[in-house]
Amino acid sequence: MRGSGPAIDTRPWLLLTPALLSIAALVVVPMSFILVYSFYENIDLAVDRVAFQFSNWRELLDDNYYHVAIWKTLRLSVIVTVLAAVLGYIPAYFIAMTKFRQRWLLLLLLILPFWVSFIIRTLSWIHILGNQGALNGLFQWLGLIDAPLSMMYSETTVIIGFLHVFLPYMILNVYVSLDGIDDNLEPAARTLGATPWQAFREVTLPLSLPGLAAGCLLVFVLTGGSYVTPLILGGPNDYLFGNLIHDAVVSELNWPMGATLSFTLLVLLGLVVVIYSRFMGLNQLSKAFR
Amino acid sequence: MSAWKLIRTYTILVYVFMFAPIAVVLLLAFNSSQFGGFPIEGFSLRWFYKLAENDAIVRAFKTSVTLGLMTALVSTTIGVLASLALVRYQFRGKDLVTTLLISPVLVPETVLAVGLLIFLRWLHMPRSFLLLLMGHSIVALPFVVLVVQARLVGIKKEYEEAARSLGASPVQTFFAVTLPLLMPAVFAGALFAFTISFDNITATIFWRPTGMETVPTQIFGMLRNSISPEINALGFVMIVVTVGVPLLAGGLARYFARKKT
Repeated sequence: MRGSGPAIDTRPWLLLTPALLSIAALVVVPMSFILVYSFYENIDLAVDRVAFQFSNWRELLDDNYYHVAIWKTLRLSVIVTVLAAVLGYIPAYFIAMTKFRQRWLLLLLLILPFWVSFIIRTLSWIHILGNQGALNGLFQWLGLIDAPLSMMYSETTVIIGFLHVFLPYMILNVYVSLDGIDDNLEPAARTLGATPWQAFREVTLPLSLPGLAAGCLLVFVLTGGSYVTPLILGGPNDYLFGNLIHDAVVSELNWPMGATLSFTLLVLLGLVVVIYSRFMGLNQLSKAFR
Repeated sequence: MSAWKLIRTYTILVYVFMFAPIAVVLLLAFNSSQFGGFPIEGFSLRWFYKLAENDAIVRAFKTSVTLGLMTALVSTTIGVLASLALVRYQFRGKDLVTTLLISPVLVPETVLAVGLLIFLRWLHMPRSFLLLLMGHSIVALPFVVLVVQARLVGIKKEYEEAARSLGASPVQTFFAVTLPLLMPAVFAGALFAFTISFDNITATIFWRPTGMETVPTQIFGMLRNSISPEINALGFVMIVVTVGVPLLAGGLARYFARKKT
């Protein structure tokens, strides 16, 4: 502490000014604006009128189209999160526990996908599962099929696309948690007579739950807020709530409705973050960067 | 230990799942076939030449690189200052400030994009390159802060205090002591910011002015028809830029660090 006495030290606030001003102008104020704008009235394409009325909110409550989208989004986010947890936990465990000397290489490979363009990673699945994709090519070459199997543009491909992009977040978070566990705990449980499985289930697993929860939160929120992946890998029925926002703002130029939908998504996903931070705090999320 | 072998095999399979699609893009970039997919007919660089002749893509590439560099500059400058405040000073409301600083990742990007767009509309400002720059900088800021903060914690305060006690001013201390020690973190933060900007599509689709394309939006637009082989070549170039450059930088840094000792 360098501050002298009760006088407020202005230096940290000076250093924080540019960041806080930007956050205020570009995040906080715009977030309140979408609420204000959701009461405006849409008149025509890209034309709206200042008003205080509830037609946008009423449309959201009445029209089943929006309810279906919320349900689809929730469902898909849960599926992707659970699959990511199942797929990601075991590799994280392996990386944390291995005696393999090139562990840094495994970790580097885990971070590497963050640097590979999201859109390239997403569209690459068309090369694997598409009609001209690797799998169809392989099956035809082996003589298993005559005509290409149609595997693309379904909910499954959307899920695969999400998993592929978000799995590193899960593995990294679980790994950070597992890596922080004292190496002696599991052997100690073993000497006290626990089977390997018991030692894992009663010692390691509970201690790694914070990382698992952080990973799940990230994957859930990131999936729930997306709209690009379904556009690239999904069929006409594979839309998320984010796609409705995209359609309202970019295609229909209905800004008040876009604002209403955005605010709804913010509240729905914000609720998840708030519940999580009540139990876990937000610190766990930043641990993956150390 | 067969359970351990099972875990190892499983891990290998997950790594294959993560890297096979990327490998396929890298491979198909050199396919001479006039279609974007399999089978591979032969080795060719023709799609790279085609790419270099495609004005729209070259323009998008220039836009993306300029935007990425400027985003890195802006968000790293703001982020380093904020990190210094968070790590070097105790003050009231620190938790709230930290939450605010990482708030751009807590808000869904789609919502962040629409919110900023609507705010600008209310101000009667048209979409512009500046909007993209400000938007990308704010999206990258949390990551810069987290990376720089993590590094700053490891730099002993004593070095700075020694400089101060020898009569250096705070600003002198920052430029002569703190910044050089912090340079790897600044560099890592800037690289992170560049990658985030270079890769962004979710918010960019909302923010870009009519007629302006970045590489991801350009690829997105080209996808509407089918995957042209040019996209594979472009994918190759992008992977080399965003993966190759940091790896090379990291490798060189390690090499020189080893030489010194």
